[in-house]
Amino acid sequence: MSEQPKKPAKKKVELDPRFVNYKHVWVVVESERGEVHPVSWELLGEGRKLADALGVQLCGVVMCGPGERGAGICGEAFTYGADKCYLMQDEVLKDYRNEPYTKALTDLVNTYQPEILMLGASTLGRDLAGSVATTLGTGLVADCTELVIETETRNLASTRPTFGGSLLCTIMTQRHRPQMATVRPRVMAMPEADGSRSGEIVTVPFSMIETSIVTKVLEFIADDTRDKPNLPFADIIVSGGRGLKKPENFQLVWDLAKVLGAEVGASRPVVQAGWAELDRQVGQSGKTVRPKLYIAAGISGAIQHRVGMDGADVIIAINTDANAPIFDFAHYGIVGNAMTILPALTEAFKAHLAQAKKAG
Amino acid sequence: MHSVVCIKQVPDSAQIRVHPVTNTIMRQGVPAIINPYDLFALEEALRLKDRFGGTVTVVTMGPPMAEAALRKCLSYGADDAILVSDRAFAGSDTLATSYALATTIKKIMGNMPVDLIFTGKQTIDGDTAQVGPGIAKRLDYQLLTYVSKIVDLDLEKKEITVERRAEGGVQLLKTATPCLITMLEGTNEMRFGDLDDLFRAARYDLKVWNREAAGIDDAEMIGLKGSPTVVSKVFAPRPRSQRAEMVETVDNDPKNLAVTLLAKVFTQHPKLEKEIAKRAG
Repeated sequence: MSEQPKKPAKKKVELDPRFVNYKHVWVVVESERGEVHPVSWELLGEGRKLADALGVQLCGVVMCGPGERGAGICGEAFTYGADKCYLMQDEVLKDYRNEPYTKALTDLVNTYQPEILMLGASTLGRDLAGSVATTLGTGLVADCTELVIETETRNLASTRPTFGGSLLCTIMTQRHRPQMATVRPRVMAMPEADGSRSGEIVTVPFSMIETSIVTKVLEFIADDTRDKPNLPFADIIVSGGRGLKKPENFQLVWDLAKVLGAEVGASRPVVQAGWAELDRQVGQSGKTVRPKLYIAAGISGAIQHRVGMDGADVIIAINTDANAPIFDFAHYGIVGNAMTILPALTEAFKAHLAQAKKAG
Repeated sequence: MHSVVCIKQVPDSAQIRVHPVTNTIMRQGVPAIINPYDLFALEEALRLKDRFGGTVTVVTMGPPMAEAALRKCLSYGADDAILVSDRAFAGSDTLATSYALATTIKKIMGNMPVDLIFTGKQTIDGDTAQVGPGIAKRLDYQLLTYVSKIVDLDLEKKEITVERRAEGGVQLLKTATPCLITMLEGTNEMRFGDLDDLFRAARYDLKVWNREAAGIDDAEMIGLKGSPTVVSKVFAPRPRSQRAEMVETVDNDPKNLAVTLLAKVFTQHPKLEKEIAKRAG
């Protein structure tokens, strides 16, 4: 992927003859300790559309340890749209490590030759995608927000934000295959699982022995998730920005969130100012969220924030400036001071909920 | 020991504005800074130098003006700085960039063996996080991304133990040096350089290498030719077709505004009302 937007290419570039037989759309189904990262299902939903547009199969790639529920994960992948799954189970694939996973995925690509290969932009996906793309010498586009097949050339047009989200650029890999892309969690919609779907599991052996692998996992320390915010998967988020003026006033965001059972988010400036932790930052340099309701209090709606929350079903914005960009993409707006509107909203929700409860 | 730190000079993306008509980046007045993520890489290399002694070499690929970023690194305490600069690099994507930097690092190794290579986790302009993994692969080095802590380094045994941020937890990894580390943000804090380093940085005769000097013989591997990706379109994000429905009351009293808003939202989104009621239970 380009570091800087270049001038749009004018010339048509033909596919290298080495790759003419590359076919089908692949999604790496990321699992660790038997748990599938939801971004993989979101990618299968998107991959289904691409495969249908191309008239090819959608295949999942499952790599895990021998004791893990590999076939079970494949079965789930079928319900989310995969036609086929390549399953590699080996002792050396138990924990994620760059070296064996890069070799496993590179071998699979070289053997079965997909035209598109997608991974989640997780720590695992980004680590793996960069290494595999370099090994294969092919193009990789990070953090795509839109993936479309160009009908004429069958090329994948990958659109992504650049310069902190100020601009979008569409990038193509014309000569090489597979065309690789990563997508951040919650950027694509979660598909409905269809329990009636099934598919073919292709079990592929992996020949790498532990003694040949340099990096060893000494320990895995699982996060204490009890107090850790999980913004990307929250259904309701109340976010605060600089319009709250003082760190003390950020409490008003917490008060409303508590009434709604919501997560608390924040814009970049207030995270940088230390009003909220990094895990709560929404935007290009923070989390991408997709809640049913997003309330933005005192957030101007800079593009860097917008790219992280544009996918929310309902956006309510409160800002003193009637011309703030947030009102260009929010669904409901109140021009007013967040410091007075937030407590009023908290009370209004409280009263409404109490009434609803009484009405039963 | 010898660490090489790869950095990039970037426009401060927080201050970037897009020209409303031409959709081009307006660079005037936007300060060029060291990619903030790279400072965590540099500081970690400097800390290892504090403990073990040795040399920290900073490398960047970029236009001549990137020299300022390198001098800044020298003022923090880096020992040597190399600017790889050539028109032939123009249009390089991450694959071509990692080739150019890996080849440059091989050239550096010819003069002094390298124990560790550091990069930031990603840049704030491209945000790809691909160049670090690319360099490691091209040098056939072990790759440690999102490192939050260097737990142990044994230069005799050529072994390093680190904590790596993974999905859902932290991996404690042990590997062999030389290897490439991308540092996670917030893991350390950049020092203030001392006055000696500040003076030295201003006077330092830093190296500027063109393509040949960097040891890149094959011009097909860099620039547009060495880049499998092409940018076909650059455009500004579209505004939503409809502006927000503004909620107003005669008095614009906060309480009335809030009640009016709720009535409006819940009438148009009855499912949302149920969802909230369920959660608040």
